[in-house]
Amino acid sequence: MNIALIAIVAAGVLGAVLGIIIGIVAKAFAVEVDERVEGVEERLPGANCGGCGFAGCADFAKAVVEGRAQPGGCPVAAPEAVADIAGYLGIAAEEKEKRVALVRCSGDCANTVRSLYNGVRDCRSAVLVAGGAKGCDYGCLGFGSCADACPFGAIEIRDGLAVVHPELCVGCENCVAACPKNLIIMVPATAEVHVYCNSPEKGAAKRKVCKTACIACRKCVKASGEEDHMLVDGFLVKTNYENPPPPELVEASACPTSALRLASKHVAGGYGGASK
Amino acid sequence: MLSDFLVITIGAILVNNFVLSKFLGICPFLGVSKKLDTALGMSGAVIFVMTLASLVSSLINTFLLVPMKLEFLQTLVFIVVIASLVQLVEIMLQKLSAKLYESLGIFLPLITTNCAVLGCVLLNAKAAPDSIQSTWYGATIYGFCSALGFALALILFSSLREKLDLANVPKAFEGTAISLITAGILAMAFMGFSGLV
Repeated sequence: MNIALIAIVAAGVLGAVLGIIIGIVAKAFAVEVDERVEGVEERLPGANCGGCGFAGCADFAKAVVEGRAQPGGCPVAAPEAVADIAGYLGIAAEEKEKRVALVRCSGDCANTVRSLYNGVRDCRSAVLVAGGAKGCDYGCLGFGSCADACPFGAIEIRDGLAVVHPELCVGCENCVAACPKNLIIMVPATAEVHVYCNSPEKGAAKRKVCKTACIACRKCVKASGEEDHMLVDGFLVKTNYENPPPPELVEASACPTSALRLASKHVAGGYGGASK
Repeated sequence: MLSDFLVITIGAILVNNFVLSKFLGICPFLGVSKKLDTALGMSGAVIFVMTLASLVSSLINTFLLVPMKLEFLQTLVFIVVIASLVQLVEIMLQKLSAKLYESLGIFLPLITTNCAVLGCVLLNAKAAPDSIQSTWYGATIYGFCSALGFALALILFSSLREKLDLANVPKAFEGTAISLITAGILAMAFMGFSGLV
């Protein structure tokens, strides 16, 4: 009985003393935090993707409150969320066009010559072995370094080719840095027509290793008429994103290798298999 | 005297490694070993807390619990002491060293209820009264070295797991399965040190 009483009292006193000490220390060492930082952070997506250039959402929120960054600097937040943050802080929000990633290659397993590669399943490792196991030196290796880098699961590896799902892409640009072939660029989300090829080689050389390479036949350039929707760059045609072509251009130009594609059809797998 | 310390050091780090031969602290060993830099952060926090907890608990044990014949309260008291100690350290770190707080901060609450810390403290308390481990400095050194052993195992394991991520693992072994097998092989490798002390 006696020992139980001592034990209860001792444990109680110890707990009380420790509690009081923590209370005093918490008061003495309190750190002042701007409560607006927390408010901004709550309104951010919280993905910590680093797309804004800061070390995560908390850091970005701090920068916004201190005026070092604009609320629109977050590439992930929807326009409503940006307006919400701006309204919360009482500053004007700036409009920003949404940009999504685009993998400029259409050479999946059916369309491209590939050699056997049994090494580490990572593009950056594969590229060290004679530039990767692909006939085309400029094409997508398909090991998904970009998909691993994507915090939003927007990149799918389909039949040895990385495909970006624009509706999931938020434009954080993590994949752009991850691709050892520099295949990924940021394009306006509203643009529908893209050239899914990035090889600067001559048409004949490209055709030898890939059925869906752009051979710079300029059919699409002619089809767009006076408008400079398509730009010729050596042996490669590129979409002019300053003046994006209408979706009808794909039909009108009848691209012989189907390198010129509609983004929606490409993502849905509408160009699957080998073209003529 | 010096040989006693050497025995404690080698014993705690290699022979009786906390993770790989005492099987304490398995939770963070598997939980925060996916990346080397988080493993380094966790190791730093464990070394810090375990050393401090060993010192404070040993003092409380020798000057409070033993004289009052309350040794049966050791587990309870040590849990409370470790939890409040970690809380205190966290509050003070945030104010005194923002840099250190940012690198250790997330890991500190994780170790509050870590069995490796409590296990280390209890092992100190249960050590033979005439051994060096029952003195406060011996206990502190034992805590520090045990934490070093934990850090060694965690860093080795996380480096292995980073390599495993890139390896061609058979489908059936992917993920946790191959991690557990790797941990087992690592533990067997450490068994090679048995009998050294």
